Amino acid sequence: MEILKRKSKNPELPEALLQSQINRRSFLRFGGMVGASVVVAGSLSGITGCSKDDNEDGINLGSGDIGVLNYAYALEQLETAFYTQVIQSQFSGITAAETAYLTDIRDHEIAHREFFKTVLKTDAIPALEVNFSAVDFGSRTSVLGTAKAFEDLGVSAYNGAGKLLTDVNYLLAAGKIVSVEARHAALIRELLSPNTFGNAEVVDSNGLDLARNPSEVLSVAANYLKSKLNASNLPTS
Amino acid sequence: MNVYHVITEIEKVDPEVYDRLDGRRSALKQFTNIGGKIALATLPLFVSSLFRKAYGQNTSSIVGVLNFALTLEYLEAEFYKKAVGTAGLIPAANLPGFTAIRDHEVAHVAALRQTIMQLGGTPVTLTAASFDFTAGNGSMSGPYASVFSNYDTLLAVSQAFEDTGVRAYKGQAGNLISNNEVLTAALQIHSVEARHAAYIRFLRQKRGAAANKPWITGNDTGGIPGVAAIYAGEEVTTQAGVQITGINGMNISASAASESFDEPLTQAQVTAIVDPFII
Repeated sequence: MEILKRKSKNPELPEALLQSQINRRSFLRFGGMVGASVVVAGSLSGITGCSKDDNEDGINLGSGDIGVLNYAYALEQLETAFYTQVIQSQFSGITAAETAYLTDIRDHEIAHREFFKTVLKTDAIPALEVNFSAVDFGSRTSVLGTAKAFEDLGVSAYNGAGKLLTDVNYLLAAGKIVSVEARHAALIRELLSPNTFGNAEVVDSNGLDLARNPSEVLSVAANYLKSKLNASNLPTS
Repeated sequence: MNVYHVITEIEKVDPEVYDRLDGRRSALKQFTNIGGKIALATLPLFVSSLFRKAYGQNTSSIVGVLNFALTLEYLEAEFYKKAVGTAGLIPAANLPGFTAIRDHEVAHVAALRQTIMQLGGTPVTLTAASFDFTAGNGSMSGPYASVFSNYDTLLAVSQAFEDTGVRAYKGQAGNLISNNEVLTAALQIHSVEARHAAYIRFLRQKRGAAANKPWITGNDTGGIPGVAAIYAGEEVTTQAGVQITGINGMNISASAASESFDEPLTQAQVTAIVDPFII
């Protein structure tokens, strides 16, 4: 099944192969037929394997579903590093309730990070170096403000990445995580200012949360990372 | 696999299956012809192709999912309209939050209706008279009879609806994977429902439901009677075959493992949960 997971939505695929790809997806839904799909998917693996990262800098996230999972893994690494430091050097005046919430969130982010690392196996990007020089960990306003930014960014990242995935199992896993990130975001927002859990900063007039593409997300995340990420091979649709 | 058998089984629940397959004769002719031409391993591909043509992902199946979602959004929209419109029910400090939730749910109804029509489907239409928010199946005296007179009951029903909504959308995401625009919009609604759920849960925790955190721990019902089905399955600690408790030597408890992933519900499960609220 590894081959299946690597396959990306390549817009340049010939029509016949695209058709195979769509068919694969649709018959996955009918269940019980997955085994046979390897035959078809195998014929695709050579097409998406080519990378064009030779003249790009940074840690290559990869392509296809693997690339999207590495993208999520990178964001979870960032969040985990942040909350780990928040708990290690707690801001002045932190309440017991706030400590409990932030400890829970740290543990959730560790779980997410380790989940992706485990699923990605040898395809996982290395541990990232973070840069929190802009955060004052002694200040409640700075810590919760950064937490809010990270959580809202994470929600928008997962919302924007869902369509990039081809494997329904990965889509479901991402869906299981994004709602927990949204719960975090809402809680942090309530700690900062009551009734702002989903204000106009994040929810539009159609009642829709933000969805950002990887380049938008990573340009923000780059402010908190020493490591440079190369997302040039990520799928775009 | 007996393909003919599969089709005849489908015919029992969908008499129009042959029409969808461009007519019985041509469908069966296709089956007959493939026998000697396609290796057994690729037969499922052919079948799926046929099914896809029959139940095209851009029409009936997606519209069905969206009408299911629309029903839930009507439930929530009418619920919060009534709640916000009931004088003295919601404390002033929380009224802005409930008003925001109402506005989101009303917007979701409008967005889903529009999307369904854009796909050539017919959206369901429901009104306040379609619902019994006491969960009394129309008796208006169900287990949550005080829903619009007791703020704690209102919060309990709100939490039940929001956590159900999150699980319902999550359960349908895979059915929308073929349509990027619709999938993304559904995800954007899904996370808004999760924000609502966290807010309501946060309010309830502050009012004394100490174990009721913004996230769901195990299959805890938060002290709400009659909602076991809404939280059933949330206690899992294994994701895609990966044990999250203590993952990679990390100090992750079973509680944290369950909290860190929300779980889906099937349409059938959700329908059973909301049935007492729909007249």
